[in-house]
Amino acid sequence: MRILRQFGIIIGIFMVGEFINNILHVPIPGNIIGMVLLFIALHSKVIKLEMIEEVSEFLLKHLAFFFIAPGVALIALLDRLSSVWLSFGLILIISTILVMGITGVVVQQVIRRGEK
Amino acid sequence: MDWFIDTPYFGILISIVMFEIGLYINKKTKIPVLHPLLISIGLIIGILLAFDISLETYEKGGNMISFFLGPVTVTLAVPLYKKIDLLKKHTKPILIGIIVGVFTSILSVVGLTKLFGYEDEMIYSLIPKSITTPIGIEVSESIGGIPSITVVSIIVTGIIGAIVAPFVCKIFRIEDKVAKGIAIGTSSHAVGTSKAMEMGETEGAMSGLAIGLAGLLTAVIVPILLIVLD
Repeated sequence: MRILRQFGIIIGIFMVGEFINNILHVPIPGNIIGMVLLFIALHSKVIKLEMIEEVSEFLLKHLAFFFIAPGVALIALLDRLSSVWLSFGLILIISTILVMGITGVVVQQVIRRGEK
Repeated sequence: MDWFIDTPYFGILISIVMFEIGLYINKKTKIPVLHPLLISIGLIIGILLAFDISLETYEKGGNMISFFLGPVTVTLAVPLYKKIDLLKKHTKPILIGIIVGVFTSILSVVGLTKLFGYEDEMIYSLIPKSITTPIGIEVSESIGGIPSITVVSIIVTGIIGAIVAPFVCKIFRIEDKVAKGIAIGTSSHAVGTSKAMEMGETEGAMSGLAIGLAGLLTAVIVPILLIVLD
């Protein structure tokens, strides 16, 4: 029952996040609100880490797997993207490298400057 | 065969088996481009096309896997909670880094898509490419993009991020674990975060934090920036 209970808590928090998103019409999706709620609950010890730890670990370990279905949905766009796939890929590769590199350098520089 | 294929079990089973094959190939060849997610998506698309199985049939099971995308994002709070001291200590560099990253993402996409002569609809669809899917879809819709293209660009960006992360950290000489995590999460959301978690607990926690913040900032900045750019 322990694992099921952990699943229940996590899905429950997600649902509360969705509820807030629907009621308040905030542009923040329910899962992100849920993430903030869980963080607050853990920090204020309302929820203890042991109460969700195993299922959280399971879900996070398989993070990439859960994106498989939206990836396969690409099949519906094959015709539309067939003429642009090369530039489409290039744009995403160049931009991703730029964002990752520049963000990392900035964070590192600001941290190092603060430590001096 | 319909009794087997036209059930949710088919989509789930084929996904697990193909992901397993993807993990195996990735482990054996040690070629980073052969990312398990990329391999499994490619194999499944190949099978669906070869056997003339519709996307709807696959999605009977596929959607049950996607069901976990909501709860799994919630659990990103766990590694972050474990690393709360680092978050408190480096609040300023983290925030500055994510803001710079969000601007870099939007401006580089607009610049590159214009360079390749993309139409406005495609440009708007690609702008949220670095952020988490639920926020990305909202942003895309609000500025006139095509949500399905946005979803594809988000998934592809995530896989690219997971593949290039070790190289980018090396080339840009990013050695600090907090900086690595923030860089990966800001550029390639949860799929990149899966790589950050492999790199270490701190990298994973910071990457998870960046997903939420980068998504929110993008949602706020994009509409304003588009007015300014016009």
